[in-house]
Amino acid sequence: MRLTFPHMGLLSIPVETLINGLGHEAVVAPPTNKRTFELGAKFSPEGACLPFKVNLGNFIEALELGAEGILAAGGTGPCRFGYYAQIQQQILQDLGYKFQLLLLDPPKGRTKELYRALKILFQYRRPDQVVRLVNLAWKKARWLDRGNQLFRYYLPRSKDQAEAVRCYEEFLARIRRETLSSQLPVHYRDLTRRLEDLTMPLQADSILRVKIIGEIYMVLEPRVNFHLETVLGKMGVEVVRPLSISQWVEEHLLGVFFPGHKQRTVLLSEPFLPSFVGGHGRETIAELVDAGVNQLDGVIQVLPFTCMPEIVAYSITPEVSKVYGTPVLTLVIDEHSGEAGLMTRVEAFVDLMRRKKALMREVST
Amino acid sequence: MRSGVFFGVDVGSVSTNLVVMTPGGEVVKKVYLRTEGNPVAAVQKAFTQLGGDVAKTKVLGVGVTGSGRQLIGAILGADVIKNEITAHGVAALQAEPKVRTVVEIGGQDSKIIIIRDGVAVDFGMNTVCAAGTGSFLDQQANRLNLPISEFGALALRARHPVRIAGRCSVFAESDMIHKQQMGHPLEDIVAGLCTALVRNYLNNVAKGKEIEPPVLFQGGVAANAGIKKAFEEELGFPVIVPEHHDVMGAWGAALLAREERANYQTSRFRGLQFCEEEIKISSFECPDCANRCEVITVMVAGAKISGWGDRCGKWQRINTAATG
Repeated sequence: MRLTFPHMGLLSIPVETLINGLGHEAVVAPPTNKRTFELGAKFSPEGACLPFKVNLGNFIEALELGAEGILAAGGTGPCRFGYYAQIQQQILQDLGYKFQLLLLDPPKGRTKELYRALKILFQYRRPDQVVRLVNLAWKKARWLDRGNQLFRYYLPRSKDQAEAVRCYEEFLARIRRETLSSQLPVHYRDLTRRLEDLTMPLQADSILRVKIIGEIYMVLEPRVNFHLETVLGKMGVEVVRPLSISQWVEEHLLGVFFPGHKQRTVLLSEPFLPSFVGGHGRETIAELVDAGVNQLDGVIQVLPFTCMPEIVAYSITPEVSKVYGTPVLTLVIDEHSGEAGLMTRVEAFVDLMRRKKALMREVST
Repeated sequence: MRSGVFFGVDVGSVSTNLVVMTPGGEVVKKVYLRTEGNPVAAVQKAFTQLGGDVAKTKVLGVGVTGSGRQLIGAILGADVIKNEITAHGVAALQAEPKVRTVVEIGGQDSKIIIIRDGVAVDFGMNTVCAAGTGSFLDQQANRLNLPISEFGALALRARHPVRIAGRCSVFAESDMIHKQQMGHPLEDIVAGLCTALVRNYLNNVAKGKEIEPPVLFQGGVAANAGIKKAFEEELGFPVIVPEHHDVMGAWGAALLAREERANYQTSRFRGLQFCEEEIKISSFECPDCANRCEVITVMVAGAKISGWGDRCGKWQRINTAATG
């Protein structure tokens, strides 16, 4: 089947590998662009959150390219993500598109649907082949996230930032093409060497360390957050980002094997937010506390307009920020957001942190 | 002015301001003009108004801020191009070193800056709504056939300010018309509007921020005595309107140019001749990749001096190649 799926940061690379390897044909939607936004906003309910609209736009653009099936995930928490796929299916059917929806929902009482989706997905391969393939896709996700972390560290320290961006993009392309999981670390080492060669000597603490937290889609997808990480990197900011594709898989799909993630989140957020509010609301507070304890220079929270879990977290951030003295900037983004206003805030926030740091240095010497 | 001057320019949505500052940080001359949708012409006019004596002094540095900072920065050859939040914070600290809160209400945006021990620690800016900014006041003054300069004085004469719905400028307007038709005196309506705007500001821009005195009230709207009084009533303590409240952004830009002086030896200022030059700005959507960036290019006297808006840096590169 010609299968498509929504974009989210680097997700398309391992998912494409998986779909093609399973004997289907992956139809990767064009990278999210202005038309994606327009299509998504036009056919979505006005009050829906931005990830919903952008995903819908991705689907329409992929269906235009001949996709016959949509692979989507779901959820069961209080976040609206839980019903994205069902509503999007309805909208697309009303628009006259013919396709099959393969929904990978957590099996809460609806094992039949999950079983059906997996059966279609794995129909062409033996179980041992499936295991090998899932392993390759998973390793790709892991090495991509590691490479991305490396890039976020080296970009502000590079003497040629455009070249650093090129090295990183080449790394992504290589991982995408790779068919052997044993070769993935080789590409990673190559990226390390190339980025290391680009570093320039810096004064101690001239680099700001800023953590990006918030709603996972907005955080991971540079095409909706106005390439926030690269923009910050070019301003001399090292971006620390706890959310990633592989982290999400570990925590949500393989939580049984990685119980540490959840324990840490609950432990850190408990004094401020003692209950589960859906989405990554609790993670946002936990990571803010972590940033305070580890004395990061600041935290940027990114959320789509009308995002319930993050709005709950947002109302708590001033309190946490006051306890630890960590500056927090909250960016609320939707399809009407203007880049100029957003960049003004980011620039002012970087200035604020830099001035604060300079003053602290003066006081301590 | 013998030792040279710094220029600070604030190109806002409604007004364009220019200050001439001594190396000591004093404002010796200021120009406040309406942008009227044409930032380039407004800046040209502002520099023309400075007159001949400034033209003869040495320019030590130029700082530009405001929403039109990139465009004007390129045309002037600015040494520092900074966002308006930083600029306003720096100017407030110069005017009142003990300041703890800065309230700034401009033409299309309003902001709050929280300062503790001489350093900004937090800020907020209005996001989606322009109710409570200068352009709405302007529009209402126009509708009531009042010069904007008399708006504040009229509000002060109110004896029983009426309650106006201030959440949204459209609803505020219909509510004002309603009160007018009911027969409330004009000064009570105007005073009610001032209070509504202040409440809107405190509930949106300043939400979750701790407003502590001394509070500096700056921006074009600070000239409005009615709004100042409404702030004092809502907050319960006096607010200070600094002498140069209308050009604080421009002053801040000049101060930032002075601060960064160590990083540039001579100013890149292109000179006052730009006032007579023909400046052409064009924009297009670059079709080369999926980003579809809106690219801006600036031509002065037929030569491209700057380009921006592209993510890949291609159009910026072409520009450096063209100008050397």
